[in-house]
Amino acid sequence: MTAGLALDVLLAVALPLVGLAAVLRRDLVQSVMLLFSLGVLLAIAWARLGAPDIAMVEAALGAGVTGVLFLSALARVGPDDAAPRAASVRVALAALAAAAVAPVALAVEALPRAFEGLGREVLARVPETGATHPVTSVLLDFRGYDTLLEIAVLLLAVLGAWAARGGAPSPRPPAPGPILTAAVRLLLPLMVVVAGVLLWVGSSAPGGAFQAGTVLGTTLVLATLSGGVALPRVPPWVVRSMLALGFAVFLAVAGATAASGRALLRYPGAHAAGLLLAIEAALTISIAVVVWALFERDPEERRAEGEAGGREGEAA
Amino acid sequence: MTAVLGAFALFCAANVVAALWRVLRGPTAADRLLAPQLFGTTGIAVLLLLAEALGAPSLRDVAVVLALLALVTAAAFALRVAGSSARGEPEP
Amino acid sequence: MTALDWMALPFLAASAFFFLAGTVGLLRFPDLFTRLHALAKADNLGLGLAVVGLAIRSGSAAVAVKLVLTWLLALVASSTSCHLIARGARREGVEPVRGRR
Repeated sequence: MTAGLALDVLLAVALPLVGLAAVLRRDLVQSVMLLFSLGVLLAIAWARLGAPDIAMVEAALGAGVTGVLFLSALARVGPDDAAPRAASVRVALAALAAAAVAPVALAVEALPRAFEGLGREVLARVPETGATHPVTSVLLDFRGYDTLLEIAVLLLAVLGAWAARGGAPSPRPPAPGPILTAAVRLLLPLMVVVAGVLLWVGSSAPGGAFQAGTVLGTTLVLATLSGGVALPRVPPWVVRSMLALGFAVFLAVAGATAASGRALLRYPGAHAAGLLLAIEAALTISIAVVVWALFERDPEERRAEGEAGGREGEAA
Repeated sequence: MTAVLGAFALFCAANVVAALWRVLRGPTAADRLLAPQLFGTTGIAVLLLLAEALGAPSLRDVAVVLALLALVTAAAFALRVAGSSARGEPEP
Repeated sequence: MTALDWMALPFLAASAFFFLAGTVGLLRFPDLFTRLHALAKADNLGLGLAVVGLAIRSGSAAVAVKLVLTWLLALVASSTSCHLIARGARREGVEPVRGRR
């Protein structure tokens, strides 16, 4: 299939070039848009590599959330050129990046050509887990411990983002206007439903907590962007609880499995599917709020400023 | 037929690369945002084509996700970036 | 090539034409607003015709419905996005090009 090969070549050439351009261009808006383009190209690349789960997350994150985060940051910083770094710093950074990538490249090159990895073993034991989709099995069962730690890292990221942002209020946006409001009112329920579907099918098809969580999170961001359309006003402690929920539930299950004498995160066979779904549901909520929290500041800050009656209320 | 679908997917991907020129050229920030809009739609097309050509129906779900989230970048631009240079510092 | 393939082919060809028109317009038109116009053609007709072609080829009603729904979603998103981009540009003071270039 020469068209497929040509597509792969096109992607292989375009991806690093777009990435380089995103980093090297001075105009920050250009960089953000190039990163967005990189996200779409990457999603296609993942599709070509037979990884629809990652393609989905890349589509949601790279072609959705990161664009919004960067544009919002730009709005605060101003779209002027980035302060040019000294040449020595740029060279040092490039050398650092090369030093980080080189060992990985060498290791990949050193792999035996017929390297199969653990694929066959994993596929053979997927029926033992609570899911039929191998990716979900690996993420939440075989390597569940890694995922548990990843969620903790996400929480830390939010804490760091909130701390770094401080109490700086978001720029007051112009009124969203009837078209955006109508579109958001139409899309929001759809996005919630799609997120729910993605969560539900995650055990047997590409989907699951990360995909559903990022879609749901982008939904929250979209609602906030357009002036809080259809967003209920919740007290800050609710937001914090939802942030912690995924990690808490996962940790509780891990603790229970360890305490009951089994190996850590070895789910009891009969309940495995239900447990996985419960964990994924909690993770979805948390990931969604994580995405939103990276975009908005700590609601505690807003309340402390006495702005509680502000934007959310007037546009709703 | 798979060859036709593959060729079409390749054509769309080439469109994406061509549109990058608009991102680099500008001249306004809004222009640079046009190309990502095209990428979103073309990306959906490529994913749908690949779903058919590779026999991977889950790629259609990826296309749905891409379609759903296509709006949010333009919204961020219109509501945060645009006019902010005119507005100056955010009001407290 | 099956019968379904032959039926789908003209739609895919037409779709490719509109995608090409969209890209050419994006690169060649004189100002932002005309470029937006070109973009909308790719979004609506390009994707729409591709969806029709793929729906025919799939031979499955479920897939066809899913494809059409994806297209409708993309329509809503892209029309709102184009509106937002134009509005943002106006706010930035971008003026349409008037007269002949």
